[in-house]
Amino acid sequence: MSGHFEALPGGGAAVPLDEVEISILRSLAVQLLELIGPGEEPPVGEDPLAGLFREGPSEPPSDPALARLFPDAYADDDEKLRAASAEFRRFTENDLRDRKRDDALAVVRTLDALGAAGEGGAVLKLTAEDSRRWLGALNDLRLTIGTRLEIAGDDESDTLYRLPDSDPRKPMVMAYLWLGALQETLVETLM
Amino acid sequence: MDRVSVAPTEIERTEPAAEGFAVTEPDVPWVTIVHNDPVNLMSYVTYVFQTYFGYSKDKAHKLMLDVHHKGRAIVSSGTREEMERDVQAMHGFGLWATLSQDRT
Repeated sequence: MSGHFEALPGGGAAVPLDEVEISILRSLAVQLLELIGPGEEPPVGEDPLAGLFREGPSEPPSDPALARLFPDAYADDDEKLRAASAEFRRFTENDLRDRKRDDALAVVRTLDALGAAGEGGAVLKLTAEDSRRWLGALNDLRLTIGTRLEIAGDDESDTLYRLPDSDPRKPMVMAYLWLGALQETLVETLM
Repeated sequence: MDRVSVAPTEIERTEPAAEGFAVTEPDVPWVTIVHNDPVNLMSYVTYVFQTYFGYSKDKAHKLMLDVHHKGRAIVSSGTREEMERDVQAMHGFGLWATLSQDRT
């Protein structure tokens, strides 16, 4: 797991991935899609445009990772601001979920496009547009895993680096750090 | 995105005592605040400030450091509707952001 993104001439980015890496990334993206949940299909017979006006939830998600992906817009803890947060959520959360779903789907789609060429590894080449989607999905994955690992402080990662191999969190920590390196090098190609 | 407008709820309110969502004085500007979190990469946060707000690399970098060292930073100010738009965009990028009325 040492591959990193490099900028492509004319835009976009590329990273060499081996079979295992492709499989892990795809599996993580699928898990993220499952966490975010499916988009709302319009009920049979309903005008599809009606979906545009369907309201989202007003309560924050109870799952901590989802709550981190879809935070409250007003931090202050008083009744009016809580009501404002609920209102904001009703009108924005569905769009936000759509965006995050699209980003994760782009990861799955581009990895699948490697197809048989992925046997034994391949170089994943992303367009500038897909690079931005990957960047979003990598960030969402790290937020999700970071929440699961209960990463709380900035120096926590030092402890995580030094986990013994027997620690059950070890594989997730390895994935977390690897995704961080991928994201870091992908950001650099976009700056 | 105009649908974040709070107007409909004010209209639906039947409680005469509730003054809609006029939290404090309407003339005071609103601000978007980005909060520090241990996961987001410093380079990524800088990238978001540059691409979304169009800030220079220096300004974006300085704001990122403020978030990192002070725990939070005001990244934009304007009307409530504008700030709701900015907060929504920050959430889209996975940054932890809130809006509030600037009382400083």
